[in-house]
Amino acid sequence: MFGKGILKGMWVTMKHFVTTYVDDIRLLGKRYYNPEGIKLRSRPDVKGIFTVQYPEEKLPPPEEFRYIPFLVYDVNEEGEKIVRCTSCGICSKACPPQCIWIVQTTDPKTGRPRPEPVEFFIDIDICMNCGYCAEYCPFDAIKMDHDYELSSYDRAKEHIYNLERLLKPAEYYADIRPKNFAREEEIKREKEAKKAAALQAKAQKSGDSD
Amino acid sequence: MTEKTISPPTELEKRFPQGVTLDQREGYSGYLVDAQKLVEVATVLRDEMGYDYLSSVTGVDYIQDNLMEVVYHFYKSTGGSELTLNVQVSRENPVIPSLYHTFPSVDFQEREAWDLLGIKFDGHPDLRRILLWEGFAGHPLRKDWKEPFFNEDNKPFSNRWPEGNVFRVEDTNPYGKNVQYPDDLAQPEKWKPETEDLLYAGLLDFKAGEGKDFKTDYVVVNLGPQHPSTHGVFRMAVVLDGETIVALKPVVGYLHRNHEKIGERNTYLHNMPYTDRLDYLCSMTNNFGYAIAVEKLLGKKAVVPERAEYLRVIMSELTRISNHVWAIGFILNDLGAFFTPMLYAIEERELILDIFEATAGSRMMCNYFRFGGVSRDMPEDVFQKLKELVNERLPRKIDELDIYLTENEIIAERCEGVGILSPDDAITLGASGPLLRSSGVPYDIRRADPYGIYDRFDFDVAVRYHGDCYDRFIIRLDEVRQSLRILQQAVRDIPEGPVLTKNPYNIRVPEGEAYGRIESPKGELGYYLVSDGTANPYRYHIRAPSLINLTGLEKICIGQKIADVVVILGSIDIVLGECDR
Repeated sequence: MFGKGILKGMWVTMKHFVTTYVDDIRLLGKRYYNPEGIKLRSRPDVKGIFTVQYPEEKLPPPEEFRYIPFLVYDVNEEGEKIVRCTSCGICSKACPPQCIWIVQTTDPKTGRPRPEPVEFFIDIDICMNCGYCAEYCPFDAIKMDHDYELSSYDRAKEHIYNLERLLKPAEYYADIRPKNFAREEEIKREKEAKKAAALQAKAQKSGDSD
Repeated sequence: MTEKTISPPTELEKRFPQGVTLDQREGYSGYLVDAQKLVEVATVLRDEMGYDYLSSVTGVDYIQDNLMEVVYHFYKSTGGSELTLNVQVSRENPVIPSLYHTFPSVDFQEREAWDLLGIKFDGHPDLRRILLWEGFAGHPLRKDWKEPFFNEDNKPFSNRWPEGNVFRVEDTNPYGKNVQYPDDLAQPEKWKPETEDLLYAGLLDFKAGEGKDFKTDYVVVNLGPQHPSTHGVFRMAVVLDGETIVALKPVVGYLHRNHEKIGERNTYLHNMPYTDRLDYLCSMTNNFGYAIAVEKLLGKKAVVPERAEYLRVIMSELTRISNHVWAIGFILNDLGAFFTPMLYAIEERELILDIFEATAGSRMMCNYFRFGGVSRDMPEDVFQKLKELVNERLPRKIDELDIYLTENEIIAERCEGVGILSPDDAITLGASGPLLRSSGVPYDIRRADPYGIYDRFDFDVAVRYHGDCYDRFIIRLDEVRQSLRILQQAVRDIPEGPVLTKNPYNIRVPEGEAYGRIESPKGELGYYLVSDGTANPYRYHIRAPSLINLTGLEKICIGQKIADVVVILGSIDIVLGECDR
């Protein structure tokens, strides 16, 4: 019959139309505007509309999502901020569009470079969100943030982030990237344990030889 | 390369004792051919040795040796690896005989070498600029040409660290003061810009129709760069006789960003995220091609672990599915089924992009591959999601798309018999990918010249024999089914283990040249790299399938109606990011 193909296609369209609303009616409003609803709509066997009603609902970004970088600082027992960055410059060299600008100074007493950045600029208009700075930092000092709502009215003033604006606490990092944070803490702890064991072994040996 | 010991290579040297010599430079494995003998050698390669597929033509500027070199990569359409010919001419006045009449596929590529490097091709019928506008002064890819806002020759720039006092580069050259006139322009006010006379002159040089009863006019229409159906900023200047097309010339270059020059400033690692931005719908396969080219040069320094090889194949095939459903959706959109089938097709793509986001960090600019593996492992919950997608949801949805569209009478009426490309034309015009295979030539790089671990998977090469738009549309459904087969095998067999042999961020690549090519969803995506032993590439060229597939657009479209052009262009499936680079 001429037209059979078109009719088959229209049958598929009708099926889609009906399934769009079945889940909505079944769950009667619990499908939107709450986190369980978003989770339901993100599963691979979702039926019906899975559009996320932004900005009332926001899809939680997965852990690996990368947007603009930020610098991590730890807080020690006295409550002081310890910036992890040593201004080694590797992130600046690994950055493809060269959007990281670092100012490093030398210590006047020792003549060697001071292991903290005097100034640290990132031009977020140029940043291409590749994640190389975070990937190649040897001190876990710069990581990729999840915040993507960064528009402003004056990009000349607002879109060059300086050191103050880039620093965020390690708790924030643990909050947005729990698995990565746990893995890095584990590696740090193992290193400390190994160092402590090596020191003990040396102390033992020198104690024995005395 | 050890294959040089078997014929036909030594045969070639025997045939042309003065013209052809084996390339002795460190890391080069081709033939140096004398410019005068080039056409003869190419004809012998095509007619007697079976190398009928000229895939890539590119130019290199060796400023320190005062030479310009043009590199040709020949393949057999029955499969196998490449035969490279290098032709060197002096840099002062570089002229090489054109291969246009032997291999029509070099049309756009020779124009690009003229445009960006200034190499003249003797005998090319229409040697105009292709990527830059007609009045551009200079040849950007020459080593002595500096771009606007020039910082330094090679990244990383020294003004970022340790004295990195930030400045915005647009403040160094404020608006209004950023105009430069070429040195040989005596009076700027009296300058008339070059118009597109050459383009329109070439266009109107068509064979007028036979025996017309009416006296009609021919109309020149620009399906301009801003058009909802041209898949990006692409322009076609057509000459119409009523509704029938009599001549057509594609005009590209509206998205040209001089990616190759940026590539020469970057280090090898820096180039990886830039390749994402080439064919922006298929970022994983772009990364794959670049990783393969650099790993060819690196050799033993970058051995890819097993799990990483499987992840690479999984990501490539997911990209192929995502690209083909997008293409099918857009063909239907262009036909007039306004948005509904497109959105149904793209629904599946959303789930694939969620997998990319959870693994690589970003939906579209994935930057996932590294030299020696992939950057991150796939989390376990994402892997379960992938398994469910590949084994259950995607096959069902593709079958639904099939029912929805394959027997549709409107599609059959509008696409069958429209825009036929014969197999011989497809090979000589350099077509690749679904365009080539829908014309009856079963050439798939994953089978013909395997890379990665594709030789371990059991899949068929999708071929269709009519060469019209309907076949180009159905072959994409076939390829998605084959990709699902590969994915099901990969997901079943993937081993545990590391995913990366670590490489430093400032890796130095040994000297030499390499051409790494992959079967991207659009066709043959090739990366030609020349390395001089430093941290930055000396020459970085991309053989873009979208641009080369357009070589045959004029031939396909002549005689069709103007409404068919839109469908034909959609079925060739171009993306301007890779066409213009």
